[in-house]
Amino acid sequence: MKVRVLLFARLRELASRDALELDLPEGSTVGEVWRRLQETVEGLRAYAPPPLMAIDQAYASPDVVLRGGEEVAFFPPVSGG
Amino acid sequence: MFKIVRHPIDLPGLLRLVGNEEAGAIATFVGVVRRQNAGKRVMAVEYEAYPAMAEKVLSRIGEEVARSFGPLRMVVEHRVGRLEVGEASVAIVVSAAHRREALAAVSYAIERVKQVAPIWKKEWYEDGTAWLENPSGAPGPE
Repeated sequence: MKVRVLLFARLRELASRDALELDLPEGSTVGEVWRRLQETVEGLRAYAPPPLMAIDQAYASPDVVLRGGEEVAFFPPVSGG
Repeated sequence: MFKIVRHPIDLPGLLRLVGNEEAGAIATFVGVVRRQNAGKRVMAVEYEAYPAMAEKVLSRIGEEVARSFGPLRMVVEHRVGRLEVGEASVAIVVSAAHRREALAAVSYAIERVKQVAPIWKKEWYEDGTAWLENPSGAPGPE
């Protein structure tokens, strides 16, 4: 199954890209997507803490199972205002 | 009414948006780029957002505010891109029948924006840059 991955702020800079598509085994969780990203994108290995995660523009915890076709985003703690 | 924008924030325009005959008070909060932060001289600030999610989160904050302090009218605009010192990064404007609700709503809303809106700030100094990451910048109850 495919998911579209978006990266923001420091993660976007570490990865040198703001979006990519990943092909994952059925039943993958959003946390597993992050682990796959760190294997696939070398720059992201430098990011040690678990990032914040969102599925289709809503916050999600790492154990949420994906169906495929979602927009999955990873980003650092927020600092707007 | 809940927007991520690239253009300078037009506060008089936002005030007009919330004005109505039931309102007896309009409260505003405007966040601006500060010269000093944590002992460093800030030359400029760059804000980045996940716009589609940020606008949903801001709308959700609007619903929380209406439940706690309503009836009221509220607008929130957060600017992204490169901002100079003194420029407005965020504006929250609330009209309500009475000042107490309007002031409380604005105060609550800016705290929630800082906690949960997917927006990030990068500061530019004379000798480099740094992303700020708020330690309490994490999702609240969904």
